[in-house]
Amino acid sequence: MKQLDTLREIMRPDEVFPFVHSQKGLEPITDRGVILSLEGVNKSFDGFKAINDLNMAIDAGELRCIIGPNGAGKTTMMDIITGKTVPDTGRVRFGQTMNLLGMSEPEIAQAGIGRKFQKPTVFECLTVAENLELAMHGDKSVWATFRATLSGEQQDHLDKVLTTIGLQEGAKGQAGSLSHGQKQWLEIGMLLMQRPHVLLVDEPAAGMTHQEMDKTTELLNALAGDHTVVVVEHDMDFVRSIARRVTVLHQGHVLAEGTMDDVQQDQRVIEVYLGE
Amino acid sequence: MFRILKGDYGGQILIAIVIAACALVPYLNLYVPASSPFHLSTFTVTLLGKYLTYALLALSVDLVWGYLGILSLGHGAFFALGGYAMGMYLMRQIGDRGVYGNPELPDFMVFLNWDALPWFWQGFDMFWFAMLMVLFVPGLLAYVFGYLAFRSRVTGVYLSIITQALTYALLLAFFRNEMGFGGNNGLTDFKDILGFNLQSDATRIGLFIASGIALILGYLSCRAIVASRLGRVAMAVRDSEDRVRFIGYRVDKVKLAIFTFSAVLAGVAGALYVPQVGIINPGEFSPLNSIELVIWVAVGGRGTLYGAALGAIVVNYAKTYLTGALPEVWLFALGSLFVLVTLYLPQGIVGLMRRRQKEIGHETA
Ligand SMILES: Nc1ncnc2c1ncn2[C@@H]1O[C@H](COP(=O)(O)OP(=O)(O)O)[C@@H](O)[C@H]1O
Ligand SMILES: [Mg+2]
Repeated sequence: MKQLDTLREIMRPDEVFPFVHSQKGLEPITDRGVILSLEGVNKSFDGFKAINDLNMAIDAGELRCIIGPNGAGKTTMMDIITGKTVPDTGRVRFGQTMNLLGMSEPEIAQAGIGRKFQKPTVFECLTVAENLELAMHGDKSVWATFRATLSGEQQDHLDKVLTTIGLQEGAKGQAGSLSHGQKQWLEIGMLLMQRPHVLLVDEPAAGMTHQEMDKTTELLNALAGDHTVVVVEHDMDFVRSIARRVTVLHQGHVLAEGTMDDVQQDQRVIEVYLGE
Repeated sequence: MFRILKGDYGGQILIAIVIAACALVPYLNLYVPASSPFHLSTFTVTLLGKYLTYALLALSVDLVWGYLGILSLGHGAFFALGGYAMGMYLMRQIGDRGVYGNPELPDFMVFLNWDALPWFWQGFDMFWFAMLMVLFVPGLLAYVFGYLAFRSRVTGVYLSIITQALTYALLLAFFRNEMGFGGNNGLTDFKDILGFNLQSDATRIGLFIASGIALILGYLSCRAIVASRLGRVAMAVRDSEDRVRFIGYRVDKVKLAIFTFSAVLAGVAGALYVPQVGIINPGEFSPLNSIELVIWVAVGGRGTLYGAALGAIVVNYAKTYLTGALPEVWLFALGSLFVLVTLYLPQGIVGLMRRRQKEIGHETA
């Protein structure tokens, strides 16, 4: 009987992701696969509508690209998800039931949404491995940090992340002497150390060489599946190379959604963006 | 202990030299006859002991400046407070041997016509209590100051300026006779410490060795912090404070803990300094002192710990020499030294030695 109860608990339709604690006042989304959803979100800055009735749902394990001309509201959308900006109206949900609105930035990060900013900022005076070590999730109080040592399991996780971001060779080198692209990967690695469920990545390919872009594509593809990855990007070649589901944003609203090919055929998209 | 010194060759050499000095200096002073050229006078022993306490003070500055990026221009205040706590103990030890022969009150209080010991002088006749205050008073001041400053995210030049203001305010306060710390004469005419005559060679040697041990323990504890993950967080704070906050560390708490620890170290240095020089007066709070000790660290090479200790000793040796030979030149020499180091030796003497080593390495390779 006990097993049956446990099974029932696991199979509850409103509790799909166990890391998401239920909150009152929200009915579950019926689609079980959705990990992140925005519903009817609006945000104005001094009367200018930066986000205009934005609706979007992202599935668990998906790699989603968000494109759109400059000023389309891509960064603002990420600000809203991570709690940096509070929308005027609308809902943002994480998993089936967690309401992200009203949660602070650290709370949202703690819940498992990691974000990489446009400008890479790694700690240049530390080694690559030390950068990852500092970002590792765990007790970050002063005393615990002073006493901290890497457990075998943590070391394994660190090594795994090093391999994932392709920096295992230079792990003991100073982060300051990495190339621009390598710094971007290290920063993604630092995000991974926090074991996030969702990764929000803002313009990872900006300023990269073609080779670096290829490696970044590879990295993001490898991360999808275990993680849900949302990439905001400008560079069309880069987006095409990832070639998954694409959402086109225009004036704070979803203009089109689908595969890269679908989107490229779309007349409105060609008008506002691709045709230029 | 060996783990935290791993790879820190400068630190290993520094500790080896201090241990050797603690063995050799007493021998040269007590057992080599005064006629021998190898004899070390008690004056020199005391001078060396003073340098050791300066080296400890420089360590405390380097910990916050070199690793945490906080340029404190008020660390002299913590040094002086530790010194005053020790001075109060030494005053109480004088007992009825003062000029006025009052068994309870220090001379300056009798002179001010006070009839009882103020409350904050209670307990200082006990050595253990005074030593506790040596740690507690600078630590508490640093904690309260840091709590206010770091929570409101005061950084950079503004923080440096308010640390200067802090030590200047204390300077003015301690100058006042009513404060009860001997006014501008400070505390002096000490007789003995723990029953040992302060003028005797053996006591001087004892204080020298105590300073050496304090420097070694201070070095090891700073090194323990720097080599831990906390030390790496500190360096990350120095480079990019916001980013550290973003990955989940409480930057204000990290700063507060290290700053307070550093102030305690400075207090210990002050407490060892006072019985060796025989006086503590408000001049120790002078803003210029705090600036000078930042120069020691810059000259030695900040962010290495042993460089700071080296800088303190080198600059103070030069000061002793110059103030003897050409007293009017000293301040100009100090100023130009600072300018030269900032312009040409940003890593200090340590950086220069490292560069040399690399060049030699290249030549032989
Ligand atoms: N804090 C803000 N205050 C005023 N306007 C803002 C603010 N943040 C963004 N905007 C405006 O909102 C629009 C969308 O910006 P953003 O989200 O950065 O676009 P994208 O990242 O797609 O280029 C821009 O016109 C921008 O000027
Ligand atoms: Mg943007």
